[in-house]
Amino acid sequence: MSKSLFEKVWEAHSVRKLANGQTQLLIGTHLIHEVTSPQAFGMLRDLGLKVKYPERTFATVDHIVPTLSQEEPFADPLADAMIKELAKNAEEFGVTYFDLSSGRQGIVHVVGPEQGITQPGTTIACGDSHTATHGAFGAIAFGIGTTQIRDVLATQTMAMSKLKVRRINVDGELPPGVYAKDVILHIIKLLGAKGGIGYAYEYGGSVFDNFSMEERMTVCNMSIEGGARCGYVNPDEKTFEYLKGRPYSPKDEAWDEAVERWKAIASDPDCDYDDVVNIRAEDIAPSVTWGISPDHGIFVDETIPDPAKAKTEAERESIQEALDYMKLEAGAPIKGTKIDVAFVGSCTNGRVSDFREVAKFIKGHHVVEGVKAIAVPGSQIVAHLCEKEGLADIFREAGFEWRGAGCSMCLAMNPDKLIGDQLCASSSNRNFKGRQGSPIGRTILMSPVMVAAAAITGEVSDAREVFQVADSAALAG
Amino acid sequence: MALEKILQVTGKGVYVPGSDIDTDRIIPARFMKCVTFDGLGEYLFYDVRFNEDGSEKPHPLNDPKFKEASILLSGVNFGCGSSREHAPQALYRYGIRAVIAQSFAEIFFGNCTTLGVPCVAATAEDIEALAKAIEADPATEIKVDVENGRVFFGDGQQFPVHIPDTAREALISAKWDPIGELLEGAPEVEATASQLAYLQG
Repeated sequence: MSKSLFEKVWEAHSVRKLANGQTQLLIGTHLIHEVTSPQAFGMLRDLGLKVKYPERTFATVDHIVPTLSQEEPFADPLADAMIKELAKNAEEFGVTYFDLSSGRQGIVHVVGPEQGITQPGTTIACGDSHTATHGAFGAIAFGIGTTQIRDVLATQTMAMSKLKVRRINVDGELPPGVYAKDVILHIIKLLGAKGGIGYAYEYGGSVFDNFSMEERMTVCNMSIEGGARCGYVNPDEKTFEYLKGRPYSPKDEAWDEAVERWKAIASDPDCDYDDVVNIRAEDIAPSVTWGISPDHGIFVDETIPDPAKAKTEAERESIQEALDYMKLEAGAPIKGTKIDVAFVGSCTNGRVSDFREVAKFIKGHHVVEGVKAIAVPGSQIVAHLCEKEGLADIFREAGFEWRGAGCSMCLAMNPDKLIGDQLCASSSNRNFKGRQGSPIGRTILMSPVMVAAAAITGEVSDAREVFQVADSAALAG
Repeated sequence: MALEKILQVTGKGVYVPGSDIDTDRIIPARFMKCVTFDGLGEYLFYDVRFNEDGSEKPHPLNDPKFKEASILLSGVNFGCGSSREHAPQALYRYGIRAVIAQSFAEIFFGNCTTLGVPCVAATAEDIEALAKAIEADPATEIKVDVENGRVFFGDGQQFPVHIPDTAREALISAKWDPIGELLEGAPEVEATASQLAYLQG
């Protein structure tokens, strides 16, 4: 019988049925970080339990690390206590820890793929909702809470209900200046912030076939913003090429065997899905958010929604609440909205290809006076590559502050925060109220190149106009 | 570990209206700089409850009328966003023992169930009616009947609520914290792992 990748992976990792009807699911790879794991280790100690498979558990530190100086002890005593706690737990329980001195530290969702830990056909859990990122490799990967981290540490399994699978096809050719970020913002806008509840999203179609692994990661990363607990792309030659030779990738004969297994794990061409959505690539344009939920998206040349035109009272209230918070005017163009801060980074868009793409355009431009622009590589390896390729210098020359690796201003658990009601053009994943560290701070989500355009003009801009993208694309082609 | 069967939750209610109330709003990220969950209750909904100088903003949870509430009412997609268990922990430590909303985000729902906090879904109309009853009389006693999927309040009013069978079963059979059962499965875990090539060697 034909099956989807999700079904094959689910079956291979199903241990048994639990009394309540859920499945005890084996988690092949467990990723942990400093924010959501300390209480789980505390629970293990209380119960007198060990980590069942320490060799399948990998730790790094990302949320709380400062990005200006990464010298320990950190200036913030709370952050310093957290990093020390993680080091202590990793040591005591025998878990591999990519710490700040390892040269391999970074955002957990950047580190896993970079190290070759993320592999097709595996199950991955992490106490972070953006774990779906790893689905780009054809892994079933999802975010879990701290009590579940305890479960995975102690048993390498968790209790879970099977998801349905929605296939999302994006076919055709993306217009110049339209990126993976625009694709996922468009999908979330179409299907809604809760549209994916109960589903795994399988992304496919010619756009995904043509995407690089890093572009696939950008889309899978934001599955949770569409309500889907996991999202994935079937593995193909690009997946194998990316993984070959990475530290934790299989070697020699084991590599050939793994590739055969990985090919077989992809969804069968004629398998049934619980739902199918078809999107035309040509319909997608550079996208930005205008409100306080990731599904509050519009194309950059559109106008801000008007609550008076809402179809229901609930929708009217929701738009009004968002406009009041964002201090934006109904019906006005989003283009031209003044920004205060520009942020390039995060597990959504903090990989080397993101910095390469922005660097192509910002050469010869400069961040406008009055805008604070920061660029935060997703990992120490990304930072190293950006230095080596001269990208970091291009950012510095253009007026960006070039920082150390971490989650930074995506959720502002470190010193990188908005102040007051500053408005940030951000390549991150959430525009929730207060998300970027100020209770009244405002966020507009967009692709890294769009962030760069906003940094240069000081307002939400169409990067295709600022950088004459169509011409550049023609030159490149 | 002996858990308690959660057949029903009774208490007073508080209505926090709104759709897509995310876990950053339930507990802002800066309060997660901690290595235990102790004391998180005081930061529940912090940025919508307090000004930067610590003074109170108008918010249902700041209203003395609702101080005794242990059942929270809200809208669509409650608990979306981050997987942080700090959000359900903050609710629990504040004193919330059940949530009635139109719908729930998945990770949040699972985290609550594992803490023994039932999350039950109801229609907008039923939640509105209950919210009106609470507003009129904050002492209104609410009973969330997990076992039978109903909410009772006031003098004989009631409405149906939905809770997935797996969560219902876990709560009413005292298995909402699955660790004991997961540990019992150890031999089967080894057997499953031995069939997966990537877990060998």
